[in-house]
Amino acid sequence: MSKELAVFGLEGKVAVVTGAGAGIGEACARLFAKAGAAVVLGDINVEACERIAAELNGQGLQAKAVRLDVTSEEDWAALKQTLVAWKNRWDVLLNNAGIYIGGMLENNTSAQVSKINQINIESVFLGTRAAVECMKPGACFANGGSIINLSSIAGLIGVPGHSIYGATKGAVRSLTKHSAVEFAKFGYGVRVNSLHPGLIETAMGDQALQDFVDIGVVANVDEAAALLKSAMIPMGRLGNVQDIANAALFLASDASSYVTGIELTVDGGFCAA
Amino acid sequence: MSCQGKVALVTGGGVGIGEATCRSLAAAGAIVVVTDIDEASGSRVADVINAEGNSAIFMRLDVCDEPQWQAVIAQVIERYGRLQILINNAGIANICGIEDETLAGWRKTNTINSDAVFIGTREAIRVMKETGGSIVNISSIEGIVGDPMLPAYNASKGAVRAFTKSVALYCADKNYGIRVNSVHPGYVTTPLVSGALARLAQSDAEAFAQRVVASIPMGRMAEPAEIAKGIVFLASDDASYMTGSELIMDGGYTAR
Repeated sequence: MSKELAVFGLEGKVAVVTGAGAGIGEACARLFAKAGAAVVLGDINVEACERIAAELNGQGLQAKAVRLDVTSEEDWAALKQTLVAWKNRWDVLLNNAGIYIGGMLENNTSAQVSKINQINIESVFLGTRAAVECMKPGACFANGGSIINLSSIAGLIGVPGHSIYGATKGAVRSLTKHSAVEFAKFGYGVRVNSLHPGLIETAMGDQALQDFVDIGVVANVDEAAALLKSAMIPMGRLGNVQDIANAALFLASDASSYVTGIELTVDGGFCAA
Repeated sequence: MSCQGKVALVTGGGVGIGEATCRSLAAAGAIVVVTDIDEASGSRVADVINAEGNSAIFMRLDVCDEPQWQAVIAQVIERYGRLQILINNAGIANICGIEDETLAGWRKTNTINSDAVFIGTREAIRVMKETGGSIVNISSIEGIVGDPMLPAYNASKGAVRAFTKSVALYCADKNYGIRVNSVHPGYVTTPLVSGALARLAQSDAEAFAQRVVASIPMGRMAEPAEIAKGIVFLASDDASYMTGSELIMDGGYTAR
């Protein structure tokens, strides 16, 4: 491969993907491995990660599954030890793990808010802190890196039924910018960017469609999908996990060496209108 | 990352971001039509690409000249039968406060930076809708935030940003399979930046450059090749679900 094209890959790099057992996380982990990275797949569903990692290793790629509860400081500490023992390197962190809780705001509870904030926001803080503690100059690996935080278009615009979920994604957007500027100003060589998918064909995407039914916007899930495609998504289709993985790879790779603190929207034109 | 076999036209391809983009597109497998108003620099870029074993041709194009756009695109279609990627990159910048800006200066900046993007995009869509494709308009961070010394440039780049979204929606509505996105580079070590600085008194130029670099969290300007990589990403099928989006590459300038 020419040097021009090599920067779009991840040859020689070590990447950690959270929530790698399914959906966008799984697609990203697979693509990162294919792009040459040694990939750690983390998830609370470690069995799913083990299955994917075995498959990737069987293809001659490099992958390792770990149990990672992203809200657990202990699990992040253990991950660092795993990285030291495995490749003694860490270049890329994709903070992807997250949950969706919908419903009308008036029906949401404090317990729901606490739970979603912990899983969608606090986890990004813990992951980012763990990564920068390893990547910054003088740290154990000290090779700099790229952190990609999965936000959402719900972190940019308003959508019925998305108040508490959207608030977490807005927080991720903001956390991204602050950490990006801080790390750049302090010469850490760690880039941080947020990725904003539109509605993607995943289990979580299905949940969001069902939520439009539950709050009474549409009669059924098919109608929700049809409405989105005809009236809200200019490209006329839902996104797929590969669309997001390709963008994540760009942000992970050295092809985006001057990119930090940005929000990359991959939404079929949703937010352009 | 592949643009294998795709025919790509780049405006202002002779120097700076345009030159780097031509080279990156060619390395990714595209057949690159290098256009520039300056024949010497544009044909040099095409020669270098061909010498590297990739594929390029130079065509002279003044982006403000509507009939020339039509003639160049007709030539591209005649020669290759298709146009799948357009990079509207040509642009100029003039550093001066609004009280010193002339109407002629304002119009010149907006004609080259904004009107030309309209002409090129329209002409490209007329042929691109047959095959689908990707149009990348080079706006700037100055199309998003303001600079006290860049009134005309700010206006022209803001226009490109909003125009991009309009065309993205139009092409999606029409099912043309054409994606349209804008790129927003921060300060880059190019002739556009150095030329604009060179037209200032030395002390003013130094003050401007110092202010700018101090405002970049990464603490440095970009190399043209770094911006080219993002442009190639948007041009390629890897950005298949992106349209009407903005790709900022600014070392953190607009995040702060």
